[in-house]
Amino acid sequence: MSAGISAAVGIRLDRLTLGYGGEVTLRELSGTFAPGSLTAVIGPNGAGKSTLLKAVAGLLKPRAGSIEPVSAGGQGAGRQWRRLIGYLPQQAEIDLDFPMSVLDTVLMGAWRRIGGFGGASDGLLQEAEAVLERFGLGALASRPLGALSPGLRQRAFFARLMLLDAPVLLLDEPFAALDAATSAALMDVIAGWHGEGRTIITVLHDLELARTRFADTLRLAPDAVTWGRTAGAPGPKPAVSAPLAGLCGLAGRVA
Amino acid sequence: MIAGAEALLVAPFTDYGFMRRALVACAALAVGSGPLGVFLVLRRMSLMGDALSHAIMPGAAVGFVFAGLSLPAMSLGGFAAGLAVALLAGLTARLTRQREDASFAAFYLISLAAGVLIVSLRGGSVDLMHVLFGTILAVDGPSLVLVAAIATVSLAVLALLYRPLVMECFDPGFLRALGVPGGLYHIALMVLCVLNLVAGFQALGTLMAVGIMMLPAAASRFWARQVWSLICLSCALALAAGYGGLVLSFHASLPSGPAIILMAGGFYLLSFFLGREGGLVWRFFPSRRRAAGLITDGSLSS
Repeated sequence: MSAGISAAVGIRLDRLTLGYGGEVTLRELSGTFAPGSLTAVIGPNGAGKSTLLKAVAGLLKPRAGSIEPVSAGGQGAGRQWRRLIGYLPQQAEIDLDFPMSVLDTVLMGAWRRIGGFGGASDGLLQEAEAVLERFGLGALASRPLGALSPGLRQRAFFARLMLLDAPVLLLDEPFAALDAATSAALMDVIAGWHGEGRTIITVLHDLELARTRFADTLRLAPDAVTWGRTAGAPGPKPAVSAPLAGLCGLAGRVA
Repeated sequence: MIAGAEALLVAPFTDYGFMRRALVACAALAVGSGPLGVFLVLRRMSLMGDALSHAIMPGAAVGFVFAGLSLPAMSLGGFAAGLAVALLAGLTARLTRQREDASFAAFYLISLAAGVLIVSLRGGSVDLMHVLFGTILAVDGPSLVLVAAIATVSLAVLALLYRPLVMECFDPGFLRALGVPGGLYHIALMVLCVLNLVAGFQALGTLMAVGIMMLPAAASRFWARQVWSLICLSCALALAAGYGGLVLSFHASLPSGPAIILMAGGFYLLSFFLGREGGLVWRFFPSRRRAAGLITDGSLSS
């Protein structure tokens, strides 16, 4: 795993509209996750938080509008930009009955290096073991993932993202149902990734955590969307650009 | 003693060519269908295998109407019908609010009824029994080649797609976010299933073919805890069921298809009661490992 990344990449949304079937969950959202920013996405259930993450990850086609990468230098990142993304689904979407070992779970993060057919080299295995060790999972490598507590499982999924080494990370409720110690440890990992220049978008339910640890906040709600610097958060600049930019704190009512 | 065992277990195959051919057909079906059954079980799609096998029926029946009991015609028809139903069920699930399993059930009931009707248009009840329950003892050279070719192709394709298929079962969102078209692998799996059910239908019939796919796979769930070991065990159990069923049918003068599937069913019931991974007996004698529950670690602060 690298100590940093070559170039920070952000994500610009332009009048993005999302929905499933006949329902629209998110309407005409515009704004930018700046390169290297750390954003908490909050809001009531059904406001489209997970839907937004899925769309950015490329799992859901926008109804209208666009999602584009922005690099720190101002140029686009090319057609293959979704290769820059690491996505952590909600744990509920993962089949825990499936017989998968902790090590194999983590090695899924090496897909872009070894693909569907390549073998895991000694170097890769050592890297995976080092990451497992770092997350306190070294002794559990061969255990089935489903036998682990939710906290240990989430550590394994974080370890997988570590191996993926992506400059943009989308985390869907990473702390749901976790004990306080694990949440704190994983929050430190996220802060570390932020320090390496990665762009991080995290769906959160814990408003206190969003307020204290995330520089930017995107609040999605059916009636009003606000996006900008988290009130009282440390950090130099607001992340909002284009129509929502400006006011420190929260701006941008979105139709 | 040894001579007795030989007469019981080996002689049927050394003495009779049709028994040898039936055994080879069972072996090919076992290695082809065994791994597919494991994937269907792991994807919670066990009943879809059932539905697909019935879906083959009207196609095979149309082949029968045009060409009589001809293997190529009935196989081709069955393959086309199975694919069509798999495709239709997938499409309905995407275009309507109907869930995929519900549309599978609807389509297979329609195809089963249509199939029985079409066969009885031209044939008698004996022909119907052939199509529904197979005639493994009449497997000839060309059909052996077909079954073996299908088993070979499915093993090769599974080997190529193994990793993405496993990842797609386990965590589809993560795989798709990597830019991998998981849906394509799902379709490939469906096509392989239809192919293997077509391979099985002459030997075991459209009603029984799915048994050699699902029963060993479901039974191995009670013993193994890794995908590769599930697959190996499932193939071994299917092979044992094929052999055991043939021996049983030979000595007891039973129809071979049901004997084979009942043998596999026996393995399933044994596993259900005794299996180390969640078998019924162990509920009453919980081992220490079972009692431990989830692995936790309170002292985790990295």
